Formats: sequence, C-alpha cells, structure tokens
Amino acid sequence: MQKNIMLFAVFLLSVSMFSQEDLEEVKITKKQKGIKKSYTLTTNTSLITSKELLKAACCNLAESFETNPSIDVNFSDALTGTKQIKMLGLTSPYLMITEENIPSVRGASQAYGLSFTPGTWIESVQITKGAGSVINGYESISGQINTELLKPLSDIPFFLNAYGSTDSRFELNTHFNKKLSDKWATSLFVHGNTRVAKNDMNNDGFLDNPLGKQINVLNRYQYYNPESGLVSFINFRYMNDKKQTGEVDFDKDRDRGTTNYWGSEINTERFDVSTKIGYVFKDMPYQSIGFQNAFNSHKQDSYFGLNQYDIKQNSFYSNLIFNSIINNTMNKFTTGLNFSYDQYQEFVNLTDVTRIDNSVGAFFEYTYDNTDNFSLILGGRVDNHNRLGIFVTPRLHMRYNPWKNGVIRFSAGRGKRSANIFAENQQLFASSRTFSILDSNGKVYGLNPEIAWNYGVSFSQKFKIFGNNADAGFDFYRTDFQNQVVVDVMQSPQQVLFYDLKGSSFANSLQVEFNYELIHNLNLRTAYKYYDIQTDYLRGTFQRPLQAKHRFLGNLEYETTMNDDKQWKFDFTYNWSGKQQLPYTASNPAEDQFPDFSPAYAVMNAQVTRVFSSVFEVYVGGENIGNYKQEKAILGANDPFGPNFDASIAYAPIFGQMYYAGLRFKIK
Amino acid sequence: MNKIVLIAMIMFLGFSAQAQTKKNKNLKYTTEVNGNCEQCKKRIEKAAYGVAGIKSASWDVSSHQLSVILNEEKCSPSDLNKAIAKAGHDTKDVKATEEDYDNLHSCCKYVRE
Repeated sequence: MQKNIMLFAVFLLSVSMFSQEDLEEVKITKKQKGIKKSYTLTTNTSLITSKELLKAACCNLAESFETNPSIDVNFSDALTGTKQIKMLGLTSPYLMITEENIPSVRGASQAYGLSFTPGTWIESVQITKGAGSVINGYESISGQINTELLKPLSDIPFFLNAYGSTDSRFELNTHFNKKLSDKWATSLFVHGNTRVAKNDMNNDGFLDNPLGKQINVLNRYQYYNPESGLVSFINFRYMNDKKQTGEVDFDKDRDRGTTNYWGSEINTERFDVSTKIGYVFKDMPYQSIGFQNAFNSHKQDSYFGLNQYDIKQNSFYSNLIFNSIINNTMNKFTTGLNFSYDQYQEFVNLTDVTRIDNSVGAFFEYTYDNTDNFSLILGGRVDNHNRLGIFVTPRLHMRYNPWKNGVIRFSAGRGKRSANIFAENQQLFASSRTFSILDSNGKVYGLNPEIAWNYGVSFSQKFKIFGNNADAGFDFYRTDFQNQVVVDVMQSPQQVLFYDLKGSSFANSLQVEFNYELIHNLNLRTAYKYYDIQTDYLRGTFQRPLQAKHRFLGNLEYETTMNDDKQWKFDFTYNWSGKQQLPYTASNPAEDQFPDFSPAYAVMNAQVTRVFSSVFEVYVGGENIGNYKQEKAILGANDPFGPNFDASIAYAPIFGQMYYAGLRFKIK
Repeated sequence: MNKIVLIAMIMFLGFSAQAQTKKNKNLKYTTEVNGNCEQCKKRIEKAAYGVAGIKSASWDVSSHQLSVILNEEKCSPSDLNKAIAKAGHDTKDVKATEEDYDNLHSCCKYVRE
C-alpha cells in the first residue's frame, strides 16, 4: 500500500514536473488590436496596425481607411476610380501626409499620391486629428497621417501577396529581405498592378474603372548600432503608373486629340531618394539629434478629352531635429530647422504656370508631462517662404486624465498653405467646365495663401459591460478659414471659379464612437459623424459639395481562437452616407441635371480570411455587396464634347459590386 | 628612494581626489525600491523627479528596480533615497518612517522586509 502511495507520489511529482516544463513553453501573445487608441498620448492619435490593413482588399494606402472612423473615403470622380480621403470633412490637401515623417503626398502628387503606396509595404499608420505637430511643417490644417513602412531589420526574409478581382484588377507584391550584417539590413519591395479588361456596368459608354498598369519598386537599407547610438535609413524608390479611361471605344493611338471618342490618359513617373541619420547621445538616452533629407521627382503627363494637363515637380526637403530635456524628462523639447525647395513645371492646356517655391523655417516644441495625468505640447515655428512671406505657426495640445481610463484632450493651431488649384482639382478637367481665376493680386496663380485655425476637444472612456471591454467617446473640431481658395462649382455647370474667400468658411465636425466586444473574439465598432461645412460662394452660402452631413460606420470582426496556427477571420463593414449637396446643374437641360442633393446610400464590404499556417493564408471578399450604384455617373455622356459633359460629380460607387480573392505567403 | 615613493603616492592620491571631485553630470544609478502597483510607480517617479538634479526616472513594477540618470553637481544618490523614503517607499539604503508608510494608499501597502 505504502509502495503504491510512493509510486503515485513519484508519478504525481513527475507529472507536475512535466507540466511545469510545458508551462514554461506557453507563450502569452497578447491579441493585437486593429486600431489602437492611447489614453496617455497628448494628441488625439489612433494607430492603425498592419492587422487592420488585412481586413479589407486594401490594395494601397488610399484604400486602407475603409474601416476607420476618423477618415472618410469618397470617390474623386466617375472615371479614374481614385479614392479620395477626408478628415474633419476637409480633403487631403488640408492634411499633412508623411511617410516615416517626411512629407510625401503634396503638390503634384495630391490627387493620386495615396494610391502610390502599396498596402503590403505598410507597417502602421498614425492618424492625428486636429492641428498636429509643428516639426514637419506648417501646412497641415485638419490632421496628420503618418505611414511607417516595414523595417528591414525586423522584416521576414520573403513575402508574397497575389490578388485578383472581378473588376479585372490583378496585383502582385513581393518582398525580399536580407540581413547584411548584425547592423545592416536591406529590403527590396516590388509591386505591380494592372487592370486589363474594360468594364462598363452602367452602360453609359464610359469605363467605370480605368485600364491601368503600375510598377513600384522600393529598395531600403537600415543601419542600427546600439553601442554607438547611430541609426540610419536610406531609401530608393521608382514608380511608374499608367491609366487610361474614357469611352469604351476610345483608342488612344487613333483618337487622342480628336473628337471621335472622349478619352483620357494619366501617366505618372516618380523617383524618390531619402536618407535619415540619427544619433542618441551616450549616457543620455533622452538626448538625440536627427537629420533627414529627401529628394523626389514627380512627373504627370495627362489629357482629359481635349484638356491637357502636365506637371513636373522636383522637390528637396531637409529637416534637422534636436531632442533633449530641461532639468528632467518631465520637460522635453524638440527644436530644429527645415528647408524645402519645390520646382513646379506646370502646363494647363499649354499655358505655362511654372513656378519655384522655397522656404526655410525654425521650430521649437516644448512637451510637459507630469508622468501621471496631465501633459501638454506647445509648439511654434517661424518660416520664410518666397510666396507666403514670413509667418508664425503656433500649435497647442493638452491631455488630462480626470479618472481611470478616461481622457480629455484639447488642441488648437494654425495652418497656412498655397493651394495647387489645378493638381488638387484635376478631376474637373474631365468636364466641359472652363477654369477661371477671378483674382490676380495673390502670389500663387494670382490667389492668396489659405490660412485656417483649427480647434478641437475630445473625450474617451474605457469601461466594461457584462465583463466585456467597451469604450465610448466623442470629439468635436472646428476649422475656421481666414482665407481660403474657394473652388466654386455652385455658379454654373459650365464653369469652375477659383477665388479668394469673401465672407466666411468653416468646417464643424462631430464624431461619436462606441466600441464593444460583444462576446469573446467578436468586436463591434460603430461611429456616427456629423459635418457642417459651409462656405460663402458668389451665389450664396452652401454646404461643401459632395460632402454628406451625416455618416455612419459599423464594423464587425470575428476571429476564431488560433489553433495550431490555423485560424478563421471574418470582417464586415457597413458605411452609410447621408444626402450630399451636389454642384449646381439646374441651368442644364433636364436630362443633364442633378438634383440639389444626392440620395443617401449604404455600402457594405465583407471579407473572410483563412489562415492555414503561419506561412500561408488565403482571403476572399466583396466590396459594395449591396450593389449600390450612382444612377447617373456622367452628365452629358451622350455628347462628351458638348457643353454639359461632366464626369467630376461622383457621390457614390460607380462600379457596383466587386469580389476579390488573394493569398499571402511568408518565409520566416 | 623612499621620498620618491612618497611623492608618487601623494601625487596619486591627489589625482584620485581630483577625479573624485570631478562630478558626473549624467550618472546612471539603479537601486531597489519596494512597492506594488501602477500607483506606486507614479508616486515613486514623482518623488524622484522632485529631487533637483534627477534628469530621468523610471521604476519597474515587476523587478522593483528604480533607474535614474542624475546630475551629481546638483544631487547625490542618497538625496534620492531619502526623497523616495519620504514618499513612503523603502529603498535598499533608506527605509521609510512608520508614519510615511502608513500614509500610503491601502493597495500600495507593500510587504516590508
């Protein structure tokens, strides 16, 4: 008997020893969230992780915001298939868009720039609502979007992504990564996409999506030496994108420059070189110095029917940053110098509007953090710009945690920019509108710089409902334009007028958000947004055209618990858009008119991902599965060279439903 | 000969004394501080920052290690230890008074060694 007990005890002990060994091998991996919101950051910033980007087709950066409440995705026109983003109701020219903190989408690349960053290259995206930091420049007014690309030192050796869809678009992404030494690593990203077949689902004789080809190559090097404190990045990038759109029967070799058929080509070639070098002082981890330089050349040759538009921008950007503390790390500061040079060679229907812009500026930003419940960022910069003059840009952010898991934020700031009216509004070339600039005293196309103040407050609270995580919050922002370059399509359907604001222009935006983990692994995200964006036009005060006053976003995600590296993921997104003010068309013949407001509509997207192992996964999905289509996409489609032709008024999807499938393969 | 050795010794002593007086503006100093939770972390770091000359301070909840960078021209590690103890937390070198310990929030009352 005793023997048995002994044996049993030995057995138990050995079992417990075994199980202990087993326990040691259990890895606790915290589930990564798609959108991370911080309760300790001073700015109202949300972080989109690569996980979120895998939830939708997400072929490129422009398409990666479909599931994000802070950013609205719209269609820029009825021809190019380009998605346009808005934040606080203002279009992307009013945002500072940076790639690894170097301004990327600006000037000539404003219209299509976001579609030139393939989705698979992205590691994360930070979205900051409101004024933002002064470190990268003075141009941002309603927010900042910074994209971080995959880092060579932490990337996997090989990645392959193939994608195909029913609108006949195909994509191939390949990533190669190599560690050159313990301090050097390099990545080579090659992206190609093409749309090969002509689609005309609404039978108006025009392509719903452009035929296209893009090749995009990035080679980057990363250096990191922890002993000396030196870090560096060097990037080389080449991109060539060709689009053709217009009438189905248009043959570019035969019909260009004629009135046989209406057609358009947009060909872009871009080359980028950027370098970064940083040094963290020895024995002083809070003190560092950084130096960034970027050169890029962006060339777009295009025609829209008989309108010809060519722009080439060569630009150089340089930023020297010094970070340190005053007394202790509760008081930090960042200071430095910026230099930028932009040479625009721009031809609008062969009229030369070439110009050179340059600016030099100094900035200082002070951060106070009481390490507990309050922080503040006070920044300012002084710039000397050859067209904008000498001016000061102040910005302030504050954060206060009144209680546990709650945060209140406030921000205010000023932004100033010169509007690149043709590059930013080039969808209007796809119409019979004549372009008129009514002012002539300003320094950019005869117009004055745009100046705006932005103020915002937000509140967010985390809590539990029936033991499950939930959070709710709201934010309210107001942008007040002191001067704005008004793009007036409210006067006449045959004209677009550009003039300096006379009267008032403002944008109010309110967002209410509620997120809840309904049951384990099933997450609900909802947001309601209200926009009141009014501008005084010549004909009176109107809501900004093509902007819905009410929007609603719902997103449901479910994933099974990972079992032996196998997993299912389901995702469903519902986007509802209320009625939108449309450009004035009442003076056209009845068949070429839009009503004053568009109807409300909803778009639904869904995706299923099957993870077979840590190296292989497959996904299928559908966009706009409710098959909503804008009833009349192009005005005057029967007579594209007549006075009523207009393909620039897109308030809803043109194409209808689209299904896609893709695979991801990794070598780790 | 003896004289030379003596001179050399004095010189050596003098040098080392000088080296000692040359104070490090960025001295890294790590010590163990007893505590429990996130609230303790805030209190400990706040107390550390309250000492003039402490440039950065970070206390790790799980390892109980307080890592600071301090300017020796303005303060010494013992100034830091005293300030932490005053806030109610025992350090390796200086213990908190019974009274200061009792002032801690109930969840922060760590087990004293």
